[in-house]
Amino acid sequence: MSEIVFEGVTRRFPLPKGGDFLAIDRIDLTIEEKEFVAIVGPSGCGKTTLMRMAAGLDFPTDGRVLVGGKEVKGPGPERAVVFQQFALLPWKTVRENIGFGLMCKGTPKAEAEAAIARYVDLMGLTGHEDSFPHQLSGGMQQRVAIARAYVMQPAALLMDEPFGALDAQTRIVMQEELVRLARRNPRTVIFITHAVDEAIYLADRVVVMGRKPGRIIETIDIRPLREDGGWEALPIEEVMDTPDFTHMRSRIWKLLKAREQERPAVPAPTPAPVPAK
Amino acid sequence: MAKRRDRNFLGPSGTSLGLGEFWALTLAGFTLFFAVWAGVAASGWLPPNLLPSPAAVWDTLVRLWHQPFAGHVYAEHLTASIGRFLMGWALAVGIGIPLGLLMGWYRLLDEIVTPLFDAMRFVAPLAWVPLAALWFGTGIGGPLLIIFVGAFAPCVISAYRGARLVETRLVEAAQTLGASSRQIMTHVLIPGALPSIIAGLRVSAGLGWQSLVGSELIVVGAGLGYLMVQGQGNLNTSVVIAGMIGIGVVGFAIDVVLRAIEAAFRKRWGQA
Repeated sequence: MSEIVFEGVTRRFPLPKGGDFLAIDRIDLTIEEKEFVAIVGPSGCGKTTLMRMAAGLDFPTDGRVLVGGKEVKGPGPERAVVFQQFALLPWKTVRENIGFGLMCKGTPKAEAEAAIARYVDLMGLTGHEDSFPHQLSGGMQQRVAIARAYVMQPAALLMDEPFGALDAQTRIVMQEELVRLARRNPRTVIFITHAVDEAIYLADRVVVMGRKPGRIIETIDIRPLREDGGWEALPIEEVMDTPDFTHMRSRIWKLLKAREQERPAVPAPTPAPVPAK
Repeated sequence: MAKRRDRNFLGPSGTSLGLGEFWALTLAGFTLFFAVWAGVAASGWLPPNLLPSPAAVWDTLVRLWHQPFAGHVYAEHLTASIGRFLMGWALAVGIGIPLGLLMGWYRLLDEIVTPLFDAMRFVAPLAWVPLAALWFGTGIGGPLLIIFVGAFAPCVISAYRGARLVETRLVEAAQTLGASSRQIMTHVLIPGALPSIIAGLRVSAGLGWQSLVGSELIVVGAGLGYLMVQGQGNLNTSVVIAGMIGIGVVGFAIDVVLRAIEAAFRKRWGQA
């Protein structure tokens, strides 16, 4: 059991001059077990805050976040996080970085070595095991960060714009690899991005968010498109050229744009919070 | 303090100087210093017992090396001083660094200790001499306290700054991977603070070593400061200057060693 449930989640940040800023307004969202959900939205829509609350690095002002039926009280290895800026420990080698969570958990050495070797291989890091992060390119560093998350066999994976700091070519390669990895090791995934293409290509469902205040505009199921179009068998550039894909992209863009122009209008109607079960 | 070799020296034409030129200028500086010293000493403006010539000081150094002065030969005074310094410095490092790290990690401790600390660090190490003598006597304890006071503040400050400068996301990443507070301390905060700590060690060693003479004013026995005080008592200026040279050379050597360690760490972690 590892579904992630946001129940009437509101987050206000106090402002230095007094008062507060409503970053997230009464969000209800359920991410099913082993579902890959991408959250897209403009900067400041609260998408990163949403992910941080699932990670236990931030907490709702109102409402609850449940992972596997339990309220999130703090960070933990069953909810692995991949950060935009990689957040690798600069003083540890690739091997030590990937093995850090296992070491914290006290995994026996031989077992840990085997698990590390598996993800080094899977993420194409062979030959770089003893390098330090600063000796690697951005793409390679993010592979290490993804391996470090996956090696924990987490119930949920939380990714905060993991490819945001990468150049366009590296990004495409990483997107394909992430799809490959996600098919092999299905997990409950929250993937934060502001790239609409990336969200459609990777996710089972795309959650479109708007800002001021941060809220969900629409949730779109991508699975029918993927299955009907046979995306899994196609390379990424061909998937992105299919009519289904381009239609979906413009649909999401229109949603994002409409909400931007609508401001400042009447606040969007938000569903009433679901009472706790 | 030594000049940094990698500093960008700008010559008159705006070009930076090579290593050879750097050492040539360093040598020129020293040569000029000794030439002026020797010139003034030879001119007879000051009596030789107040300003001995460089050659006379050198003779004194050689003599002190073989003949005991104030009870010991020069090398014994030197090792007594270095041993005393190392003990006081180790004490400052051993208490100051953990305290600084904890202050960087626990906000409450920071708020309790920082104001107290800010007030205390303006009391110069030398001002502790009477108190140190009253509390711990003139044996080992008194001098140690003074060296400790001199070296303590930079240890605390550098560890504190280092821990505060460790990026939040590294701590968060470790937390999400299941690291305990202790594991975060040993695997994230300490290594992250290390460049700052090593820079602080260099400053604290310098200040600790400088406090040494103050501490040895109250020592009866051996040490460079003691040697100098005895030289002063005997109106023997060459002995005083010979002691000063020892202090300068050892201080410089400590700085060179710690600078090399600092450079090695920076290289390994890519300026982390």
